[in-house]
Parts: sequence; C-alpha cells; structure tokens
Amino acid sequence: MNAFHGRVTAALADATLKIAIDRTTNTARAKRAAAIAAWPEFAQARVLGRDIKDHVIANMEYYLNQFETNAKKTGAKIHWARTGQEACEIVVGICKAANAKTVTRSKSMLGEEIGLPHALEAAGIERVETDLAEHIIQLAHEKPSHIIWPALHKTREQVGDLFRANHTDPGALETVEQMVNSARRNLREKFMAADVGISGANFLIADTGAICTVTNEGNAELTTTPPRVHIVTAGIEKLVPSMVEAMTMLRLLVRSATGAELTQYTTFHAGPKRTGDVDGPEEFHIVLVDAGRTTMLAEGLAEMLRCLRCGACMNHCVVYRQIGGHAYGATYPGPMGSVITPSLDGLEKSQDLPRACTLNGQCQEVCPVAIPLPKLIRGWRTKAWVQGYEPVYTAWALRIWEFLALRPALYQIASNMALRVMPVFAKGGWIAKMPLAGGWTRYRDMPRPQAATFLAQYKKRQAAK
Amino acid sequence: MKNNPPRVALFATCLVDAMRPQIGFAALALLEQVNCVVEVPMGQTCCGQPALNSGDQDGTRKIAKQNIKLLAGFDHVVVPSGSCAATIKKDYPDLFEADPVWHAKAVDLANRTYELLSYMSDIWAWRPKDVSCAATATYHDSCSGLRSLNVQAQPRKMLAGVAGLEMRPLEGANVCCGFGGTFCVKYPDISNAIVGEKAAAINATGADLLLGGDLGCLMNMAGKLHRDGSKVRAFHTAEILAGMGDGLAIGETA
Repeated sequence: MNAFHGRVTAALADATLKIAIDRTTNTARAKRAAAIAAWPEFAQARVLGRDIKDHVIANMEYYLNQFETNAKKTGAKIHWARTGQEACEIVVGICKAANAKTVTRSKSMLGEEIGLPHALEAAGIERVETDLAEHIIQLAHEKPSHIIWPALHKTREQVGDLFRANHTDPGALETVEQMVNSARRNLREKFMAADVGISGANFLIADTGAICTVTNEGNAELTTTPPRVHIVTAGIEKLVPSMVEAMTMLRLLVRSATGAELTQYTTFHAGPKRTGDVDGPEEFHIVLVDAGRTTMLAEGLAEMLRCLRCGACMNHCVVYRQIGGHAYGATYPGPMGSVITPSLDGLEKSQDLPRACTLNGQCQEVCPVAIPLPKLIRGWRTKAWVQGYEPVYTAWALRIWEFLALRPALYQIASNMALRVMPVFAKGGWIAKMPLAGGWTRYRDMPRPQAATFLAQYKKRQAAK
Repeated sequence: MKNNPPRVALFATCLVDAMRPQIGFAALALLEQVNCVVEVPMGQTCCGQPALNSGDQDGTRKIAKQNIKLLAGFDHVVVPSGSCAATIKKDYPDLFEADPVWHAKAVDLANRTYELLSYMSDIWAWRPKDVSCAATATYHDSCSGLRSLNVQAQPRKMLAGVAGLEMRPLEGANVCCGFGGTFCVKYPDISNAIVGEKAAAINATGADLLLGGDLGCLMNMAGKLHRDGSKVRAFHTAEILAGMGDGLAIGETA
C-alpha cells in the first residue's frame, strides 16, 4: 500500500473528520450557490476574470516590471525569489536584520507552499499565526487541510479542547463566540508585541504597486500595521493590471470562496508609513516568488496560473469531501491541488492525485476563472502513462483490452466467452464476488449479464427477419 | 428531414454491448419511432474512454481512427450514453489537434454524433405516446452528459409523458455517483464512500426506480443499492421510454 492509499484509508475511517468536512463544505456550497444565484452577471464576470488572468499571464514580464517600478515609488523594497527556499532565506534575512524576536503572520497559502513557518522556526524566530484557523492548527502542530479554512478538519468541539489546553484563561468554551473571544484575548498582546508582520497578497496591483489582502477577521491589518516591518510574500501570478481588474477578481473570489459579497476586511497596502502617517510599518518588503510558476507555464499549465485560491473546487469535489485535505499529502488539496502538486513535488511522487479523480467536471463548473481542471488532471495522467508510472497490472489490463478493442471480431468472441463464464459466479441476478473484479465487488454487486452481447443478439435478430 | 429519413448508426457502447443489451434494443425501438433508418455497425467495440482517461493517448487515437472510419457516411451517430458520446464529440477532435487530416474527420464525426436522449428530444421533439409505467422514479444526471452535452431537461421532459410515472427529485442529482470509469476500481474505497452517499440520497426519495442515461453510473449505483439491501430498481431512461419498464431491471432475473 502506498502512502496515498494509507492516508485515504485513515481518512475514510475517521467519522469525526467526515462530520467536520460536511459541516463546512455543505455550508460553503449552499452559500456560494445563493451568492451566484443573486448575481445575474456571474457568467459574464467569469469570462472577464478568465480573460484578465490570461492577459496578465501572457504579459507577465511587462506587469511584473510595472509593479516593481510602482511599488518602489511607494517606498516598498522589492525582492525576487526563484525558489521557495530563496524566498524563505530572504524573509528570514529581513527578520534578522530587523532583530526580530517574534513575527506575526496572517494566513498565506504561498507561505505554506514555500515552507515559511518551518524556516522561521528553524531560524529561532517565534512565529504567531493570527488567522483563527491557522492559530488552531499551530496549536495542534498540524498543517492546513483546506486553502480557505485551514482547520476545516477540526470540529468546534475539538477546537474547544485545544483552546482549553493551550490558552491563558480560556474561560467557558461552549460556544463559537466564546472560543473566538479566547483566541482574541490570547492573540491581541502578540499583535502589539511583534517585531515583524508577514502577510501574503491576494492581488498585486501593477499600476499602483499596492498589494491587496482579504480577511474576515481583521488579522491581516493587525499583522501588517503595528510591527516595525511588514513583509509580503506573493506568487507572481497574483498580478492584476489595475484596481479595475482587482475589483472584478474580488467579486469572483469572495463569492466563490465564502458566498459573501465582500470580505469583512479588504485592504490595499502601499508602501511603508509616510511622513505624517499615524501608524504603519517603517519598512515594507515585497518578496515576489516564482517557485515553479514559470515551470508551470512551460509545462502547459498556464490556465492553472489563473487560480484565485478560492477553494470552490474542493468544496464541490466528491473526492475531497470524502477524504479531506490531509490525505492529498500536499500544500494544496482537491482538484486545484491535484494539478499543482505534480508540478511542485514531481509527478512520480504525486501520481495518485490526478488519478484519484472521477473527472466529473463540477470543479470546472464552479471555478470563478473557468480553469479546465479535468483537462489538466487528464494531462498529468497522459504524462504518467508516457513516463511509465501506471501500475503494471492496470497498464497490462489496458493494453490487452486495447488489443481486443482494435480487433472487433476477436473482441466479440472474447466478450461472448466472458459472458458465458460470468454467470458461474452469479447468485440470482447479481455477482457478489468474481476473480479480477475485486475492485468492483468489494463494495458493490455486479449485475449478471445476459448470455450474449448486444451485437450478437442483434445479428441473430436481423438474420431471423 | 421527415421526407428524407436520416441514416443513423447506433453506437451501443462497450458496456451496453456486454452488460445490458436491452438498452441497445430500447434505443433501436426509439430511433425507429422517429423513422430513422437505423443500422448497427458490426465493427464497433468501445469509444476508447478507458484508454483516454488512463493517459494512453496513442492507444485512444488508434481506437478513435477505427471508429471514425466505421462511422463515416452516416447522417447521425447515436450513443445511449452521455459519457461515450462526449468522448466522440469533445475528445476525438482534441486528440487530433496536431493532425489536420484526422482532425477534420474527427470534427465531422463530432458534428454528426448525438447522445440518445437529447437526440430524441432536441432533434425530433419526440414524446412518448401510449407508454406507461406505474411507479415512482428519481433521476440521476450523469456528469459527462450534464456538463459536456447539456443533457438535463430532455430526459425529464420525455419521462413526464410516461403515463403513471411519478418523478421525485433527487437531492444532489447533479453530483457525481463515484463511478468515474476506471476510478471506481482503482480507488474502490473512495468510490464506495461517494456512492454510499448517493445511495442514501436515492433511498431518501422513496422512489421505486432509479433512472439515468449512462449504464456505467447506473451499474455503480444499482450495485451499491443492491449490496446494501435497497429495494430501488434501476433502468436506463431509454428502456422506460421504449415501454420496457414492466420488464427486468438491472440485476434482476426472471
């Protein structure tokens, strides 16, 4: 049994996990559906969003240069990182230069992707996660299981236990409100004491050099404003030409992610504190990270760079909703993760991800930028086949089947022979167990076929006419 | 068209050919009602989807070429499966993007190919006459037909004309049943969890019958329902529309 199968088996056996997944994803799907139903221009906006992203991806260099020029004008310092490791080194370097003892971090999937939490810990810098769900998984020493709700795999009951064990003066933790208040009390002093605040960026606005963060908790603002230094880490695909395009993307992103029209906090950060500003960081760094993005472009995955990280694909994925995020064994789970992970981690290691998909297409249907996820997932299967990763047993079964499918007369003989054998295993109209059919019959019965194929019966019928 | 009946090829699909020929005969009965001149080309095996979804594009192209040759010259090609029809209509042209000659042939075949239920409704505006089936039924939308070919309203419109048949909505009718072709045997544990939820939703309708337009999905759901002791019986929609609803459902013997 490989690692993926092991994780799947564990996830499927975890009834509490399934409760947690259903609570969040069922609500997310219902809210998104209501938001989309109340937005008659959704289909148009989706096409526009797709075209904006495609335009930026096709003109990446131009917009990166424009962003750099304009961000510098705001007083931001720009850093370029080819790899995740480079990005981490840059961030740690800035923290050390600032003599940082503690940093606050507002949730960023890029940070998870490049291993920033680990890099900070390794450098001996205290890291405080300020997003409520990231706070939860930091206390639990776990990784995110969803890109919007990192602690989706935990029930509120489990969170209550965790806070009771870890918070100072948690008080009663019966309701969600009490849990939030306990987290707020515990996090508030950390916000004010941090030397450096690290955020991601939902958008990089090329024509102003500003970056945009969206949260529902206000933790990004508290992460980026009080500390002396604000560091932004952002993937280069987060670019949009201007505020106009950012607005289109925001409408698509938030409705697709949570079903709200807008996040509680939508903030545009541009440069450090200016003369006369009451607050704001003294230094403002933006680390622009490639970490495999240009490789994805070269690998034919340009459409994947449209991704806004809304999570709608995983909320609607029948596989994700059974196994949850951790079973994928990667930073990004669900359909978008099954496309990105083979590129980031290598196909051999992650070949199960594109394979463990029914190709039902609902992810593409709900994607706010119309990423053809099933096509891209199938593209990885093609690469896996060509590179010989298909398991020997299924590869040979397929080759034998193809050999027959290309020889119709022989195919009919083989089919009719098989049909004469199969009833041996039947009990009444159903087969509960049959050699070579274990994958099917482990959980379902197989209907007993008739004695002859359709073509054979049809031929007989025509002859009798 | 009525004065000059089209010459139609029935592409039965490998699953119908092997596992439930009655769906092929139901399709023939329906096509004959709209005065098509129907033929069943004997050289047919499979659309090639198992190879395509396993990543074997070269193998799929060989099968596609065989089918393109086999189905040349027919006015229409009708397939009693949204999934297999979508492979021919959507995937064949994509497979030959780098080969102008075969691409043109693939596009030509794609333009002539139809999924059976949408063909009966969209092209012929066919509605059942004197067809009855005294039962309650629920309908599952198979994913490929739904999302690639917009098969959704057509089967429901036609089933509304079946006397005595009462349709009950299925919660999550547009959610995948967990079949996914080879997925269901490569990842049986995940597939089982998915179809388990689907079976629960089907049982919750209280309907006597489960109907759909794709035998693969129907076998998956019917097989799970039977394993779990459910009394729900499964038919392909074409069987009900062709008046075979009083016969044996999937997995029943006389």
